Amino acid sequence: MKLFRFVAGAIAAAVVGLAAMAAQAADPIKVGEINSYTRLPAFTDPYKKGWQLAVDEINAAGGIKGRPLQIIDRDDAGKPGDAVKIAEEMVSKENVTMLAGTFLSNIGLAVADFAKQNKTLFLASEPLADAIVWESGNRYTFRLRPSTTMQAAMLAKEAAKTGAKKWATVAPNYAYGKEAVAAFKKELTKLVPDAEFVEEQWPPVFKIDAGPVVRAVEAAKPEAIFNVTFGGDLAQFVREGNLRGLFEGRTVVSLLSGEPEYLEPLKDEAPKGWIVTGYPAKDIDTPEHKAFFDAYMKKWGEAPKLGSIVGYNTVKSIEALLNKADKYDAETLVETMKGLEVPSSPSGPFMYRAQDHQSTMGAWVGKTDVKDGMGVMVDWFYADGADYQPSDEEVAKMRPAE
Amino acid sequence: MSFYFAQFLTGLASASSLFLVACGLSLIFGVTRIVNFAHGSFYMLGAYLAYTLVQYVPGSIVGFWGSVIAAALVVGLIGAIIEVVMLRRIYNAPELYQLVATFGIVLIVQDAVLWIFGAEDKLGPRAPGLDGIVRIFGEPIPQYDLLLVALGPAVLGALWLLLNRTRWGVLVRAATLDREMVASLGVNQSWLFTTVFFLGSFLAGLGGALQVPRVSINLLMDLSIIAEAFVVVVIGGMGSIPGAFVAALLIGELNAFGVLVLPQATIVLAFVVMAVVLVIRPYGLFGKQETAAHAAGQVEAPIRPASPLKRTIALALLALLLVLPFLMGEFALVLATDILIFALFAASLHFIMGNSGMVSFGHAAYFALGCYGAAFLVKYFGGSMEMALVAGPLFAGLGALVFGWFCVRLSGVYMAMLTLAAAQIVWSTAFQWQELTGGDDGLLGIWPSDWARSKTAFYYLSLALCGGGILLLRRMIFSPFGYALRGGRDNPNRTESIGIDLRAQQWAAFVIAGVFAGIAGGVYVFSKGSIFPDEAAIPRSVDALVMVLLGGVQTLSGPIVGAGVFRLLEDEISRLDYWRAILGGIIVGIVIIAPEGIAGFIKRIAVKAGLEREGETAA
Repeated sequence: MKLFRFVAGAIAAAVVGLAAMAAQAADPIKVGEINSYTRLPAFTDPYKKGWQLAVDEINAAGGIKGRPLQIIDRDDAGKPGDAVKIAEEMVSKENVTMLAGTFLSNIGLAVADFAKQNKTLFLASEPLADAIVWESGNRYTFRLRPSTTMQAAMLAKEAAKTGAKKWATVAPNYAYGKEAVAAFKKELTKLVPDAEFVEEQWPPVFKIDAGPVVRAVEAAKPEAIFNVTFGGDLAQFVREGNLRGLFEGRTVVSLLSGEPEYLEPLKDEAPKGWIVTGYPAKDIDTPEHKAFFDAYMKKWGEAPKLGSIVGYNTVKSIEALLNKADKYDAETLVETMKGLEVPSSPSGPFMYRAQDHQSTMGAWVGKTDVKDGMGVMVDWFYADGADYQPSDEEVAKMRPAE
Repeated sequence: MSFYFAQFLTGLASASSLFLVACGLSLIFGVTRIVNFAHGSFYMLGAYLAYTLVQYVPGSIVGFWGSVIAAALVVGLIGAIIEVVMLRRIYNAPELYQLVATFGIVLIVQDAVLWIFGAEDKLGPRAPGLDGIVRIFGEPIPQYDLLLVALGPAVLGALWLLLNRTRWGVLVRAATLDREMVASLGVNQSWLFTTVFFLGSFLAGLGGALQVPRVSINLLMDLSIIAEAFVVVVIGGMGSIPGAFVAALLIGELNAFGVLVLPQATIVLAFVVMAVVLVIRPYGLFGKQETAAHAAGQVEAPIRPASPLKRTIALALLALLLVLPFLMGEFALVLATDILIFALFAASLHFIMGNSGMVSFGHAAYFALGCYGAAFLVKYFGGSMEMALVAGPLFAGLGALVFGWFCVRLSGVYMAMLTLAAAQIVWSTAFQWQELTGGDDGLLGIWPSDWARSKTAFYYLSLALCGGGILLLRRMIFSPFGYALRGGRDNPNRTESIGIDLRAQQWAAFVIAGVFAGIAGGVYVFSKGSIFPDEAAIPRSVDALVMVLLGGVQTLSGPIVGAGVFRLLEDEISRLDYWRAILGGIIVGIVIIAPEGIAGFIKRIAVKAGLEREGETAA
């Protein structure tokens, strides 16, 4: 009896082992992912959890054309030079099929330029800079998240409805802040030609001295304020502003501030009635989002943040691409990527525009409020990215010829 | 008018916060002569601890202040422990070792805080009872700001009493003036140092804890405060507490009014003020000239040309490098190119540091200027790669010519700080002058000419330029010029008295080091295709220092060995989570266990084994 058990056990083990080997026999499809995991963990950690969830789901369902998807992720420490070095390693040593990732715009731009030089497909997931698909756009680079100008356009449309004419802006003094303010000005003056901008404040990024900034804005007596600061700078700006009554009776329009990454740390001090782009995670009740939300909660024990959606959608885009493409060389992948549709995602369907390689993934636009001691978004709607794009002629003018 | 007064008060509140951090830094430097990079980490720890403690006693006034004090005390204890376990072992090491070792602590604390407290930004509660505003001349002023305004002078007064009216204070002041003398009078020096470190860290922790109601607490707090605290301490005069107070006022108000006048240049402003003060008063507003330490570094053994054995090894290495493309894959070539670039960068730092005894903490400035010089030529003048590779070093040399003129007037820690200020000026200019440098977005698309586009061709180009640069530097070390520099390093007075214009020689050395760092920068920009302000930032300067220290300051092959080991190591460990802590641990380990570096260690073994004579350098 004992012997029989042993033999049966051995056979069972052998079968399991063989099955495992058979699964391994199918080579994984490798994708290289680069992000600032140690420099900006507050944003990249939820992002990583998002793409890990998607990879698990895909592989549990049998992978892509029978091959498992493998994401090789590396930390760029927030340095563009390191990111390029890692990209080189992934392409020449790991033989990845394509590259993805990056959060900071400068790193996104550096890797995009590398992709162009080395003729490798790069899906920029998080960086917002317009230049990635416009001025510095290239054949091999696509971008997922709605760009600065798209989000500014969404906000400008809502801002125009308030009727405010005298605006002040507060933005971090680097490329992203400058681009956001320029885009907002341009979009707003399209809708409200007599809008004027009476004050501009440019605190250094992550080093705001909020008291003087708030005072300077207050002194200009604007009717409305456009804010681009985020993270710790935003928290200080809100706190000082609340304390000194800066926001009383003024319209405030604020980029990204509705994202849980930025709103949650503010707790009950979160501003009320600001017009923002963001992500009302708990309130979105489409079936796709509910399934994503529950799976995420189950895997990680916490609610997803916007980064999680971006991470998840990145891998979903890669899945759609690899399923559709018949060959995995860079040229085929680029051609497949043009006009590629991602039929289902937590944020709804979206596609990659052929004319500028920008996805039509949108953003949620709404107002901030405080409920149960937490900042939340109310009166929100999903602004589809397809509705906030420049015309094809404008795109053609901005993008360098291939 | 009332507006300006309110702005003035806001400036005062910032100044007080800054003073709390800076005075601890100054105190520690005054007594132990350690420039403590980890001071910002203590500040960050204080904030995180206070935030955590306050959660347990919401809304209570006693609870809030109890948490602030408790957090500061814990940080003080942590500081004391680090002093006993680590820093005590390196008091006699050269300044730069200490600076780099404390940077290792910064890396370790960063990952420890991430691991313990998590990645999210934290926004603490406002101070209970002080969460409103007061109207002064009709302008709203936060109550908490007024408290901070009062707290700065209060802490200054308390420190004055402690230093001038207690026996402990007398000992501390004596140690600030002459620590060997204090020791020979029978004072227990290690106990004194530990208590000073405790107090200094306590003040940093207090400064951090007091920021809980004002700012959001995040993982970037440490490096952003330390740069400002350095500025304050250096302007005030290192070791002078009243000086730190005056300097904090200056910087606080500069920020408050700078926002109104020049909102675009706020970062550059503070460093420019620092540079101006150092040029007019080289030891800061209230600082005194450093009293010559009695144990001023051992005189190094003279350098000798390589022995036949080492010439053979060097030739074998060169042969290996020449055939490398036939042996290795593409990525190995990329990595090898990186190592060549950084070997030249490290060698150029070694040229002024090891050979000339000039401590540069901002060598990345010239590397970055080399990058930008090359990039400008390509971007704005349509130049070719060949021309850009000449323009880069020229641009870097020009920068070194200007900054060097100021820097060679100082020595030791003051020189390190002025070179740091110079690098920060380059960094903040590159960061804020967007029209020219692209700011944060950098300059892109700077790729090699067609003939050098393949990885192999570019590798040979790097080998020719960087390898050639290293050999040239080595040749200069054995020239009369090199001898004069070593004379200046070991005994400036004697060198001057035999008729050598030491300052001119040092200035020339500074420029040469800048040019060679610029060559490395020029090659670097074409290997990456882009350039960003980060290349001039503090971590890049630290990289170079670590490479030199890793290889060994007192050996000529040190920088090459160091660059190779460092890049390979970094490439390996950056795949792991918490790799910064590991790197920090390695840095600290090197300083404590193997201060002579790898090449130095091999040399020691070689001498023991009888392969080499004492005082000879590895090839």
